[in-house]
Amino acid sequence: MTEAVAIKKLSGPKLNFKNGTIDLAHGSGGRAMAQLIDQLFLVAFNNEWLNQKNDQAAFSVSSGRMVIATDAHVISPLFFPGGDIGSLSVHGTINDIAMSGAKPLYLSASFILEEGFPLADLQKLVTSMAHAAKQANVAIITGDTKVVERGKGDGVFITTTGIGMVPEGVHISGNQAKPGDHVIVSGYVGDHGVAIMSHRNNLQFQTTIQSDTASLHDLVACMIHAAPNIHCLRDPTRGGLATTLNEFALQSQVGFMIDERKIPIRTEVASACELLGLDALYVANEGKCVAICDPSDTEKLLAAMMSHPLGLHADVIGEVIEDHRHFVQLKTKIGGMRIVDWLAGEQLPRIC
Amino acid sequence: MKYIEEFRNGEFAKALSQEIAENVEPDRHYQFMEFCGGHTHTIHRYGIPNLLPKNVEMIHGPGCPVCVLPMARIDKAIALASFSNVILCSYGDMLRVPGTGQKSLLKAKTAGADVRMIYSVDDAHKIAQENPQKEVVFFAIGFETTTPPTAFAIQQAKKLGLSNFSVFCNHVLTPVAMDSLLQTKEVNLDGFVGPAHVSIVIGSKPYETVSKKYHKPIVISGFEPLDVLHSILMLIQQINENRCEVEIQYTRAVNRLGNLISQQVMTEVLELRESFEWRGLGFIPHSALQIKAIYAEFDAEKRFELPETIGEEHKQCICGSVLRGVKKPMECKLFAKVCTPENPLGSCMVSSEGACAAVYAYGRVNAL
Amino acid sequence: MCLAMPAQITQLLGNERAIVNLGGVTKEISVSLLDQISIGDYVIIHVGYALTRLDENEARKTLSLFAEMLEAAHK
Repeated sequence: MTEAVAIKKLSGPKLNFKNGTIDLAHGSGGRAMAQLIDQLFLVAFNNEWLNQKNDQAAFSVSSGRMVIATDAHVISPLFFPGGDIGSLSVHGTINDIAMSGAKPLYLSASFILEEGFPLADLQKLVTSMAHAAKQANVAIITGDTKVVERGKGDGVFITTTGIGMVPEGVHISGNQAKPGDHVIVSGYVGDHGVAIMSHRNNLQFQTTIQSDTASLHDLVACMIHAAPNIHCLRDPTRGGLATTLNEFALQSQVGFMIDERKIPIRTEVASACELLGLDALYVANEGKCVAICDPSDTEKLLAAMMSHPLGLHADVIGEVIEDHRHFVQLKTKIGGMRIVDWLAGEQLPRIC
Repeated sequence: MKYIEEFRNGEFAKALSQEIAENVEPDRHYQFMEFCGGHTHTIHRYGIPNLLPKNVEMIHGPGCPVCVLPMARIDKAIALASFSNVILCSYGDMLRVPGTGQKSLLKAKTAGADVRMIYSVDDAHKIAQENPQKEVVFFAIGFETTTPPTAFAIQQAKKLGLSNFSVFCNHVLTPVAMDSLLQTKEVNLDGFVGPAHVSIVIGSKPYETVSKKYHKPIVISGFEPLDVLHSILMLIQQINENRCEVEIQYTRAVNRLGNLISQQVMTEVLELRESFEWRGLGFIPHSALQIKAIYAEFDAEKRFELPETIGEEHKQCICGSVLRGVKKPMECKLFAKVCTPENPLGSCMVSSEGACAAVYAYGRVNAL
Repeated sequence: MCLAMPAQITQLLGNERAIVNLGGVTKEISVSLLDQISIGDYVIIHVGYALTRLDENEARKTLSLFAEMLEAAHK
């Protein structure tokens, strides 16, 4: 990123970030909104594009295949162990870009704020977003702010859109799984969903589990470097690992044979799932990916993943098979067989 | 997870499976009913049918309190939820069970009724304390496992003077249901895998009458897959040795007399109903519980004017037959084609312990 | 519905309540349906209530039986 130019700030009193709240004026396009942008968003995100204060951001790209992805974030609660809606909105969209093998370049961020939302909380979230973006080396270069009346929102909703560039020769898509391919998961599944559930008021259990929310593009870059010919890649968010595998099965017109004993699940996550009567395979993740590759690539791919901080516990959990029914089959811990079906209904609302 | 993981050990499972294979008489066909929906779930979730010899068949029983609740009672619950000053509290599974006309508590909630999912009856207490101007009704269902907490909650409500709390009681009884099932003589059963947690409360003694009367061995099984395999082995051994006993496999939690405090609480607050309708089994005398007169103020059926409801099942739904073990889920014309977990037409597809839901979610690979 | 599982009592609170630990997850439950509960005991919990104490000796016996079967199977 280039040096930020000096921001031409609108004069006026400082916003009361300690005790102040959002009001309708902050979304009206007038002075209040300009002050909010100046004193909060520009300070936190601070880059040459935003500081120009246009309604859009202009940039050049080298030629090649580009990708674009967008994600709305409505998670509740807004703050959870291991993250918040701010960091999640950055990681989520970066990960969608990264799952195509692309290098994320820029993000946009659009906020829908509820009248009465505390400025202190908004500042925390925006700072968290800025931190996540900086760590990922991706700038938030344009945005929008709207305010809705009290009772018509739920604190804050954030939508982020991102663009990225796919390296030459990389073609990753969900319809490329072939019988015989191996399935690799990058680490422990179910952390995010359990972290969220532990903070929902009516569930009342305590755990030290943190959300695994993280930007995966660097891990993916290492993976592609080791094995440029990865067939499929996806992050198992809503609906968990089970949903991702079922999606691949349908897209690629194949089946899966997974070994339950190989799926990495933390004891605490398994315990929480026992208590709540849930299956960890359906619980959301926000910092994991599932890769499908030709068996000749497995060893180097796994080695590359395990030497990256976000892939330490990666493992091969199964393989792709011929199956006209497109079932995801599971060899259970005790040696029996069952299917891992599509998620029926909704496991937990507002999970991401 | 101590005392959970050890009972899911793959090596032990293999050994048990081998032991079962060595003990079955090759010319004999063994038919066992797992009474409890929780066992149905375990059997399919771990793929136990693959580990049994072909001549050992497991038949699903009616031990799923969500599944056996007749539509008429669900219609009453929906009526309760529709009163404008009522907050209806319910365990999760009941929310999606279809009532007459495919209505449900979840649909009532979407239409504006205050329906809340809870994990413990204590949550309903809290909601009552936090909303003194509202009527809080707890939709109580379950076999004997779940009954003591409800009874205790009613006792506590009286102690606390909680004047806006009541219970819509639908608790049902296990040994009576077993007797009723065996009376119909519809299914050829060699024995029962008996419920785990019901038996913690009532002990193994109440099954002795049923076992003797119909000459069927009963093995009370723990919940984990190794427990179920072990119980099947014990049943096979009983049959081969011509014994007919009530045995406890789940010795780490069940004894002959059960939990006396729980039984005491239940007797203090609840009494037998003359008769109660069971989906699939019809009206069974003395098979369910109601709230005693001394606690009448906490009885939602006395507190509210509830409409008479009859309940109309979907014409092609065979949940009743599935619950009695007469038909298997895959024999239902609607199964997986029209009736799915997203669009359940009958109760067996809704509850995670329902036979249809279990087979749909886990077992279809064995069928096709 | 019959969802019940073993957890270890780690703290006794007043008013017939206790904290249990299940594989690292902790939860507050009622022990009103039991008598003589001590810290360290394993109990079976269901819908927020402890239904019975788990007999650890019996659990070990059952597991030993399985271990014997495994040994016999290997022979």
